[in-house]
Amino acid sequence: MIWNEARECMSRDELESLQSARLRKAVNRVYHNVEPYRRRMQEAGLEPGDISGIEDIRKLPFTTKDDLRDNYPFGLFAVPLSEIVRIHASSGTTGKATVVGYTRKDIDVWAECVARCCAMAGLGRNDVIQVAYGYGLFTGGLGGHYGAEHLGATVVPMSTGNTKKLIDMMIDFGATGLMCTPSYLMHIAEVIEERGLRDQIKLKATLNGAEPWTENMRKQIEARLGIEAHDIYGLSEVMGPGVAADCHFHRGLHIYEDHFYPEIVDPKTLEPVPDGVTGELVITTLTKEGIPMIRYRTKDLTSITHEPCECGRTTARISRFKGRSDDMLIIRGVNVFPSQVEAALLTVDGITPNYQIIVDRVNHQDTLAILVEVEERFFSDEIKELESLQKIIEHAVHQAIGLHAKIKLVEPKSIERSMGKAVRVIDKRKLV
Amino acid sequence: MYIKQLSVFIENRSGRLNQVAQELKDNNINIISISLADTSDYGLLRLILSDADKAVSILKENGFSATITKVIAVRLTQEVGQLSELLAVLSAAQVDIEYMYSLKSGETEASIVIKASDPAKAVEAIQNSPFELLCL
Ligand SMILES: [Zn+2]
Repeated sequence: MIWNEARECMSRDELESLQSARLRKAVNRVYHNVEPYRRRMQEAGLEPGDISGIEDIRKLPFTTKDDLRDNYPFGLFAVPLSEIVRIHASSGTTGKATVVGYTRKDIDVWAECVARCCAMAGLGRNDVIQVAYGYGLFTGGLGGHYGAEHLGATVVPMSTGNTKKLIDMMIDFGATGLMCTPSYLMHIAEVIEERGLRDQIKLKATLNGAEPWTENMRKQIEARLGIEAHDIYGLSEVMGPGVAADCHFHRGLHIYEDHFYPEIVDPKTLEPVPDGVTGELVITTLTKEGIPMIRYRTKDLTSITHEPCECGRTTARISRFKGRSDDMLIIRGVNVFPSQVEAALLTVDGITPNYQIIVDRVNHQDTLAILVEVEERFFSDEIKELESLQKIIEHAVHQAIGLHAKIKLVEPKSIERSMGKAVRVIDKRKLV
Repeated sequence: MYIKQLSVFIENRSGRLNQVAQELKDNNINIISISLADTSDYGLLRLILSDADKAVSILKENGFSATITKVIAVRLTQEVGQLSELLAVLSAAQVDIEYMYSLKSGETEASIVIKASDPAKAVEAIQNSPFELLCL
């Protein structure tokens, strides 16, 4: 079902004139209300009048996460705190938190966008939806909650942590929808299988985001639970979950272009790249009041298509995320994303083993080694079996990234972990 | 008919082999026979133990990849040509040998451990031959 046909299916011409009008308004808003934006524009010799249509967006300077940190906590807000009804913050692994604020209208727009995502997943007012994202400063819990409520569904605010209770309630309440991270969904599926409850659940669709996952993982989870899983994208700097989601055809995520204007740029030159070419996603919020973002560099790598979708929506679609521009490794001149290696490992037997990518430079040549933990399901007591496993992995990695890697089988739990998470990449070249 | 062999994956890092030996010692498990197959990066340790089931759970708890493999043990006498005769029996039954190693070697008697491509066929062939299977 299409939640807002007027907006999601508008002709590209109509959409463009709507975007142009909204961009002019947004630029005026930040120029007159947000000092750092005004300064940037003045440095670039720009006045609001120079932006007459959406095509002028390229004249505007970029915004980054550093700008949010430098203006901590409220320096980029475009309205006084009396207009702000909610704050969210992301801790970030380095330095200060990034803080975002929402006006009442921002909260309404967010709920509308998440409701569109839920409808895209086939959910509606007759569904019982469990929200199992963390509730709190993180945008997932409340973002999902308000959206599912706006949809008119019966919302169960589970938050995270108690998987047993989540599954018990899923059965007792006849829950048909679930919003959570993909890795938590995997965990839930495992517990359902362990407890032999697969036949008792009525779950039909899930919306999963906030961390990268692969198409293989999505298909695997669908088969295991007998559901349809949807990818939902968002980031707190721009809004939260609900910026984009994939429809029943799963050919990229529809981005709600009436609120968010997407551009794909080369992460090095910052020049736009054509449709279909991978680059960094840059988003401009067209309607946001609390903390508007002008050409915000998401660091997420994807490509875009403006081809109409079979579902009838005319909005542009961004491809499944290929990684983060900050994670990109250049090995022997080839761009490699850890997520590609992960996807390749997944094809070996459908489950991602613990792995570590080690890049080094020996005699001025880059070397690539991948350590893979030999878990029980891989284990054979014959050397030839282990050697053939190494070859299969090497082949899969070569297919994925076009480079030969030395595959080293290592003992379980031997890969270095940091705060419980395996360290995925060690680039020894940086140490030299 | 079959005997249980414990197979352990170990990286070629110093001290790993001793860690396995230490775990077995601490848990009062006797090593009857041992074989190590190695590559440049890792090795496969194969052990015949007084209690393979206990050993596998202990090693797994300690983070090793370990598994029980079904193998057969055959009694031989200390005479020239015994192994050749045994191999002829297996090859006539079209059984391939994945690997083998010595289990015990005494003054008059010896025995070997065999991992056969088709364990059931191997058992049948040996039972219909002058050789004798060993149970532990
Ligand atoms: Zn679609």
